[in-house]
Amino acid sequence: MITTADNSEPSSEKRRSFLGALLALGSFCVGALLAVPLIRFTLFPLIRRTTQLKGALVGPVSDFSSLSEPVARTIQIEQVDGWRKAISEKTVYVTKGDGAAPRVLSSICPHLGCTVPWVGAKNEFICPCHGATFSPDGKRVSGPSLRGMDELESQVQDGQLIVRFQYFRQLVADKEVIG
Amino acid sequence: MASTDDRDTPPQNIEPGFLGWLNRRTGLDTLLATALYEPIPGGARLAYIFGSGLLFIFISQIITGVFLALYYVPSADHAHTTVAYITKSVTAGSFLRSLHFYGASAMVVVLLLHLSQTYIYGAYKGRRELLWLSGCVLFGLVLAMAFTGYLLPWDQRAYFATAVGTNAVSEVPLVGESLKRLIRGGTDMGTLTISRFFVAHVFLIPACIFILVASHIFLFRNAGAAGPFTEDPYHPKQKPELFYPRQVLMDLSLTALLIIGLGLLSFFVPTTLGPAANPADPQYIPRPEWYYLPIFQWLKYWHGAASVVGILVIPTILVLAVIALPFLDRSIERRPWKRPIAMGAYAFVMFTLVGLGLRSEYLDKHDPSVAQQLAKQDQEEKDYMRKPFEPELSSASLAAANVALADPLAAKGKTIFEAQSCNACHGDGGIGTAAAPALIGVGAKFSPDQLANLLHHPTAKMTAGGMPAVDLPDPDLKALIAYLNSLK
Repeated sequence: MITTADNSEPSSEKRRSFLGALLALGSFCVGALLAVPLIRFTLFPLIRRTTQLKGALVGPVSDFSSLSEPVARTIQIEQVDGWRKAISEKTVYVTKGDGAAPRVLSSICPHLGCTVPWVGAKNEFICPCHGATFSPDGKRVSGPSLRGMDELESQVQDGQLIVRFQYFRQLVADKEVIG
Repeated sequence: MASTDDRDTPPQNIEPGFLGWLNRRTGLDTLLATALYEPIPGGARLAYIFGSGLLFIFISQIITGVFLALYYVPSADHAHTTVAYITKSVTAGSFLRSLHFYGASAMVVVLLLHLSQTYIYGAYKGRRELLWLSGCVLFGLVLAMAFTGYLLPWDQRAYFATAVGTNAVSEVPLVGESLKRLIRGGTDMGTLTISRFFVAHVFLIPACIFILVASHIFLFRNAGAAGPFTEDPYHPKQKPELFYPRQVLMDLSLTALLIIGLGLLSFFVPTTLGPAANPADPQYIPRPEWYYLPIFQWLKYWHGAASVVGILVIPTILVLAVIALPFLDRSIERRPWKRPIAMGAYAFVMFTLVGLGLRSEYLDKHDPSVAQQLAKQDQEEKDYMRKPFEPELSSASLAAANVALADPLAAKGKTIFEAQSCNACHGDGGIGTAAAPALIGVGAKFSPDQLANLLHHPTAKMTAGGMPAVDLPDPDLKALIAYLNSLK
């Protein structure tokens, strides 16, 4: 290496700056590569949903095969928020559907959000707050509500009725998901 | 001579254009030149690469550490869950945590190599007392980082290792017990211990390391590179070579090796996390990380009255001797074969440390009950790693669940609360909504009779807010009031 000192200054200078550029480029590339896991780590909440409601179990679908009137079921809904979850209970009604699968109704009144009880004696849902009434399949009959009771998305998996609980905007004629 | 050699004269930077302007305004080129054109007596050598290797690992630890803090929560009830979340759920989480974990071990290894090189080469000699001293403090700080960081995942391994580590402190005469309580934030290990360790690990010790690394580099540049052990520590005579390019390339090759090594290790053998700390577990056998094994084994030999000697006197003498080394050893002789006492002491300490570590491993392997328990602990850790991540149940849902279990009357009241649509306005569990106030703590404000009266005859203000009169049979009303009383 000592012999390189005999070379003229400019060529040595050029070689050194070429090496410098090479090192800068190399460091940049390695740095960029190392940043990949950091970026993936940071973007995790955007890549995967970290707040979500899981489908809730209502019960074996065979329980609801011959319904004469709507039945209330308490479901546990699990709300996952990052590394924590909250379990809350909601009441839903299972009633006869159009096809083989039963229909699941939210018990929240689409008028102002009270919980609507089933009144078997009158064969109607009657809201205790402002008197909205609904037919056994949840259609609006009378009262201040602008729409019928809200149907929840449900499906049958391995003989179990699973429902996806959602909230809907109140005081509007059309069903609109709010969370 | 100097004018013809390109290695001892920094090239002049007279760049035109943007870079030239930037350099004239900031002096970046001067800074870079100062950093790169440090003369090394006797030329570049592979023996000198460890210092910059340490700097690289330190930076890597800062970056991975800062990112881990994105998801970590330092409290006894969340720490383990959040580390499990990082390890099992978050993309690249296991990899980053492993980089940080193995980085700590790599730090200790490279630190020992750096220290050994400095010692064997006699590079602490001459005008390098403060340089050596700052290095000693940095050594202590790195070990403190390893100790405080180890607790943070709050799994069985972390909890019990730290319990033993902090217990050893109480052996210090007179102030031992107070010192232990100060470190733990109480008599026992708990959430305050995590807070303390977290603050030390993330704020206090890193701040000290920053200051000391800066001082260490400044003192190094001020004293000048020591060069090979045939060099005079005061007046270097050997032909110097600039730090850039050959020494830089050698240093970078260690960095590349560290990146590849730590990267492959973290990717293919990611570090594990054990089950959450269970302080009540009487069976668990704590074992520290490998770099603390010698001390761990050493402490086993000292009991009763003599323990002061083993735990305090001998380590203190050793530490003081290491710190005072450049003041005690004033000879300018640096060749190892001419320094038999220094080399003998080094070999003795190293052999003792390695021997103690191996002895600890040997004892664990050859005691059937211990070996069996340690194997069981390893298996529990593997089993835990195989389970999918389980989110932590938030306290609100726990409280609701507890009511159902604790008091059947209150549980019945909860059903009524929901059936009567009270939760429509007062919220699930009486947490309140925009429509009506929260009912939590209402039992403390009103007696059961007052509550019954309010339910039967709401005040004008309540009625105006939409509260209907509650007309229930007496047993149902009692149950509802029991439930309201349980809302705390």
